[in-house]
Amino acid sequence: MEEVDVEPAITNIPAASGGKHLGFAWGPGDILVYETLYKASGVKGSGSSFIHEVRKDEDIYSPILRKLFNESHHIFVGLQTIREDLPSKNKKSQFVSISKNYRSVIRACMEELQQVVSILLAIELIWNLCEVLFIDAAPAGSLLLHLLDWVRLHKADVDEKAREVLQSESPAEHPDYCDVVVSYVLQGRLEEARQMLVKQATLQPAARNMYKLMDTLLSKMPFYNPGGTQTLTDFDVKWRLWHEEVDRCLQDNSFASNRHLELICKILVGDEDTLLEHKELLSTWYHFLVTRLLFCHPTVKPTELHYYAQSCMTMFLDSRSVPEPLDNILLAAFEFDIHQVIKDCSIALNNWWFVAHLTDLLDHCKLLQSHNLHFGSNLREFLLLEYASGLFTHHSLWQLAVDYFDHCPEFGRVYLELQIEHVPLDTERKALKVLRICEQRQMSEQVRSICKIMAMRALRNNRLGSALSWSIRAKDAAFATLISERFLQDYCARGTFSDLDLIDNLGPAMLLSDRLTFLGKYREFHKLYGEKRFREAAKLLLSLMTAKIAPRSFWMTLLTDALPLLEQKEAIFSADQTHELMFCLEELTSSLNTTEEDMEQTKVELLRLALARNLAMAIVKEGTMET
Amino acid sequence: MFVARSIAADHKDLIHDVSYDFHGRRMATCSSDQSVKVWDKSESGEWHCTASWKTHSGSVWRVTWAHPEFGQVLASCSFDRTAAVWEEIVGESNDKQRGLSHWIKRTTLVDSRTSVTDVKFAPKHMGLMLTTCSADGVVRIYEAPDVMNLSQWSLQHEISCKLSCSCISWNPSSSRAHPPMFAVGSDDNNVTYGGKVQIYEYNENTRKYAKAETLVTVTDAVHDIAFAPNLGRSFHILAIATKDVRIFKLVPMRKESTSTGPTKFEVQIMAQFDNHNSQVWRVSWNITSTLLASSGDDGCVRLWKANYMDNWKCTGILKGDGSPLTSSSGQPTAMNTMVGSSVQTSQNALNGMSPV
Repeated sequence: MEEVDVEPAITNIPAASGGKHLGFAWGPGDILVYETLYKASGVKGSGSSFIHEVRKDEDIYSPILRKLFNESHHIFVGLQTIREDLPSKNKKSQFVSISKNYRSVIRACMEELQQVVSILLAIELIWNLCEVLFIDAAPAGSLLLHLLDWVRLHKADVDEKAREVLQSESPAEHPDYCDVVVSYVLQGRLEEARQMLVKQATLQPAARNMYKLMDTLLSKMPFYNPGGTQTLTDFDVKWRLWHEEVDRCLQDNSFASNRHLELICKILVGDEDTLLEHKELLSTWYHFLVTRLLFCHPTVKPTELHYYAQSCMTMFLDSRSVPEPLDNILLAAFEFDIHQVIKDCSIALNNWWFVAHLTDLLDHCKLLQSHNLHFGSNLREFLLLEYASGLFTHHSLWQLAVDYFDHCPEFGRVYLELQIEHVPLDTERKALKVLRICEQRQMSEQVRSICKIMAMRALRNNRLGSALSWSIRAKDAAFATLISERFLQDYCARGTFSDLDLIDNLGPAMLLSDRLTFLGKYREFHKLYGEKRFREAAKLLLSLMTAKIAPRSFWMTLLTDALPLLEQKEAIFSADQTHELMFCLEELTSSLNTTEEDMEQTKVELLRLALARNLAMAIVKEGTMET
Repeated sequence: MFVARSIAADHKDLIHDVSYDFHGRRMATCSSDQSVKVWDKSESGEWHCTASWKTHSGSVWRVTWAHPEFGQVLASCSFDRTAAVWEEIVGESNDKQRGLSHWIKRTTLVDSRTSVTDVKFAPKHMGLMLTTCSADGVVRIYEAPDVMNLSQWSLQHEISCKLSCSCISWNPSSSRAHPPMFAVGSDDNNVTYGGKVQIYEYNENTRKYAKAETLVTVTDAVHDIAFAPNLGRSFHILAIATKDVRIFKLVPMRKESTSTGPTKFEVQIMAQFDNHNSQVWRVSWNITSTLLASSGDDGCVRLWKANYMDNWKCTGILKGDGSPLTSSSGQPTAMNTMVGSSVQTSQNALNGMSPV
């Protein structure tokens, strides 16, 4: 396959052009470029110290094209879910309907975008032709009718001119009058041509018969009716008869005295030279092609199209002009070379949207599979991945990209995994959105990473509660331990806990790390104490030490917390419990440094005294019988 | 393509490296003026310089960000034979209002006896590990065992490559199928000293890095090297900046169960481009590894892309037009926003398409 060779575009950067190098750095949707010099030695040399942000051209349009991307995403997802088991007739009509949906989205955008209309016009033109030839796959007979519609849709200027002419005082004398009539005929809009001709007819009563004859010819031109009972062969016969009649009029010089009517007659008979004389009205070789087929071979078969297409293009374009990329694309379509169409579009159009969606639709129609299997679904995926990757760099459109990756069975997941990690987590809300997407797809590593990033960020900003909740979500035990430590340090320093809500509602998450468990239980102790449930509080406090949930470093604090409980009028701790507390205290003091401050020593003494008193009270209480 | 915006970096000397952070919202620049600047991108897309400080006593060659899982951490390397690690400290409220932040040095790595030419963090799944390479031919791998204490780094590996090193690149793949691997490039000019690109692989058993491959066909000085992000491929792709742009495919060969040595690779060249006409100084992949950019002696940046048949082509060229911008104001945080050539290039975007 010959490749359409397009030279790489050169983008100018406001930087020195000689003696300097250009450094670069890839960004999410752009590339940064700057002047530099790559030499190993300690070079000196100032220069323009500017950094230039370079973006793809498409990006100019992205705010405007957002509508296109949003709406087509919807259509795309719907297409992926068309059931395989539908009969092919139903499927085809669905595919055609989807194709028309895409096109209407393009047209809707065109209305909004004056500047980009020419690209969209070209895209719609190509897509329309692909729909006619590939998706609808019109057979001979209907084929021409569809092509006629295609041409009419893309040649809207006739109607404008016609309006102008009709609105003038004397339409038949308007300078564009003849052009309008001829244009109508060239497009096969014979009814409208007849109506226009009436205007001239009324001005020339003497030539009334001639006009009547022309009117008859025009009204009798057979058009194939696909829904009707007439077979293609019957139509062909009828058409030939009509064609002979028109030819006879020409030979008889029936219209010789009226240049305008003679011209129309020549067109009706399909005279090539006449058609070519009206290049300006036809304006494109494909209009010429369709007109020629209309008046010479209306029963053209799809397989015959490319002969006519090639010759028409050659005839229409004079030897000087070189076919442009669009011409080659359309020609490839007429040749039913789908791969060439896609390839040329990828290269010529700066636009992944178009080739990605069109190829996907064609793939669903099973039109890409007859070719080399290696390219079939790989091509579709390749294009979808390109398109979606481009979307991913956009601050809000990235969410659309997710669906596209989901429907790329081979590489979609790994692409999504890679790119979703790069979505900036500007707000907690956005982070949660990204997380939801990862969680739905069991992308556990991405979930972990995102939670870790958020936890780290929260920790750096001293938002301990947020950091803790993110670490729990990340199932990061080490980090949870670290943050719990911070909480505890905070408590020791300030005497209160922050983020009580979070700690109170840890639930099973408490088990993620020992330190976290301790934090949760310790807070529970404080709650119990606050609610004056002293016995339970005491029991919990003791268990924190005996069950080794509390880190040794915290024992002093815990024992100090026990003091108010020990100094109550009534004994809260039982004798056994008091013994255990004493044991804990001894364990702690034996491991304490002898150079500890006096403060600690005083506290220890205080504790020993309180414990002893409590023990005495407890023994007495337990020894006393209830009477 | 078009220039969307031009930022006055205000470095007093040549800029040697610009590095985006992981999310593309911050960037760091370093220069021969011995400083590093950090820039933040606002919601409207404008860049503000939030920090600027002297980092070394010589030209700063490279600057790189650690993964955000480790917080806001930068590493820089310099002609002054050191590499340094910096951490951002959340500032006081009035600093925040003025949009400034502070970066403090966590450690200086002074093991190299010559200019440190490249500094890179290893992939995050390996922990917080920093790699440097120097003109003395040694690659050093450091690790910070406690990510909450960035002042403690230990030198885990010291690998002598025998030739002066200019660049390193880690294989970003975190797949279990591939042990950790990095490539080193040498800018030694003597072609008789053999291959200028070496690939090292970690061995679980010896707990050391061993040389797995030398690209013997690369005999000219190598200035930059870059593994492509691995997107589900079973093989690795490595781009090299030497006297031309070269892209290699490294296919791991099946290991016998008894084999304890490093993986053997089948080395194939995927593409080679000499459009830059002489030396190529930098190569780098975009995030999805669908585009490779290279910078060369011709003063251009070229973009390379493979189509679905794996044929590589140049798809764009960025070139100095000979009229560099000059800074009009002296304010350090001044920032020029110009959407100058966008209107002109909207015409270019219609790219040869004349529909009628």
